[in-house]
Amino acid sequence: MEQRGRESAGKPVGRRVVLGVLGLGAAGVAFGAKIQNQLDNVLAEVSSKDPTGLTQLLPGGGGFQFYNVADSIPHRNATDYRLTVDGLVDRPASYTLADLQAMQQTRLVKDVQCVTGWRVPNTEFSGVLLRDLLAMSGVQQQGTAIRFSCFDGVYTESLTLDEARRDDVIIAHQMNGSPVTSAHGGPVRLYVAPMYFYKSAKWLSGITVTSQVEPGYWEHYGYDVEAWVGRSNGRDDAPTSN
Amino acid sequence: MPLPRTEPAAGGAELRRFTTAERWVHRTTSTLMMAAILTAAFLYVPQLAELVGRRRLLVVVHEWSGVLLPLPLAVGLGFRSVRADLRRLNRFRPGDRGWAWRAVRHGTRRAGPAGKFNAGQKLYAATIAGATLVMVGTGLILWFPHLAALDVRTGATFVHDWLALVIGVLVIGHIRMAMKDPEARHGMRTGWVGRPWAKREHALWERETRARTEPGGAEPADTAPPGDHG
Repeated sequence: MEQRGRESAGKPVGRRVVLGVLGLGAAGVAFGAKIQNQLDNVLAEVSSKDPTGLTQLLPGGGGFQFYNVADSIPHRNATDYRLTVDGLVDRPASYTLADLQAMQQTRLVKDVQCVTGWRVPNTEFSGVLLRDLLAMSGVQQQGTAIRFSCFDGVYTESLTLDEARRDDVIIAHQMNGSPVTSAHGGPVRLYVAPMYFYKSAKWLSGITVTSQVEPGYWEHYGYDVEAWVGRSNGRDDAPTSN
Repeated sequence: MPLPRTEPAAGGAELRRFTTAERWVHRTTSTLMMAAILTAAFLYVPQLAELVGRRRLLVVVHEWSGVLLPLPLAVGLGFRSVRADLRRLNRFRPGDRGWAWRAVRHGTRRAGPAGKFNAGQKLYAATIAGATLVMVGTGLILWFPHLAALDVRTGATFVHDWLALVIGVLVIGHIRMAMKDPEARHGMRTGWVGRPWAKREHALWERETRARTEPGGAEPADTAPPGDHG
């Protein structure tokens, strides 16, 4: 029944499928930026009406992604939380959550932009201006930068003193009208509105004034220290704060 | 159900389905694939990410398990048995197209006789191979972002994320088929399958193995002639 030679070998469907998938992949890389843009609009529409939250798991489905470099989510509450300010300051200080809540509050509503691409529009953070805390401790002459440490024991971040004194850099304890949850870095996290979100350290526990910028955790792995949204890390996202 | 065995039973009751080289290619590939999929899930799904943290470690495991995925098969190409089965997987026999349609319409049980690999297995192998190569390519673009322009990286992210979902579905389907067929798993574990199973699942291959031992038997139904690499 079978013919001999090349005919009986059958068509090389496997090779065609492999090449076809490779071709689709290449086309996806070439046009993916445009397609994902269109898709983001559709998904944003769908996920706003999706009670199950499943669409959030689709690429570009919106919402926050959870990133943690330690092995578990650290928990602190109003009784055992402390934020220390030390380093090159005249008056080192330690604040409880209640102390921070009693101070002058600042509310920011801006987009959150992650360096991995996702963006969450109109997110509200409120808390204390970092420059107020610095002013209360009195930054010494040699102090030019800030090192942030976190009670997960691993993460660190940094800012120059000028950046730290901006009016869109806050020590946040409220997010979208409620206390910052542990998963989002509560009870207190840093929020650096104009920069990619890895600068906004979660589980903030220490503010140390230093004489030079000490690169933070991800910055040891190639991320930019100066992480302005749209002007760093080779990305061109729309700025989140001016 | 067949008991585990490592030696063929007497009287040709068992058929050699996979050589040691083939089983090691499968074993190492599946280990790497599962490592890549699980780390992907724990990096990507917020609820899972909250459970384990350790993002840096997960990233490193994901990158290396992913980039090494083509290696087992590449090494396997040095073995005759692996090349022979790759040729079988590559080529569609005349009946394979019909088999695929019948499998879609009536299920694989009533799709008719198949060779050593049925059309579904051939399509799966080719699709997952192509998809893996695309994932390695796009993954490398994301791993070394300074090598590509932003538009290319966005495109690579798009392909990597969506194709990951497709691969997840394919692999779950692949594992589900294996779960339903203990003797198929036994064949991949030991290299041997029972003749009744082969007759039921891969009738043309079973006939072919008999033809090989009986003089004047029929031509192998889905083997490319020696030396024909297409």
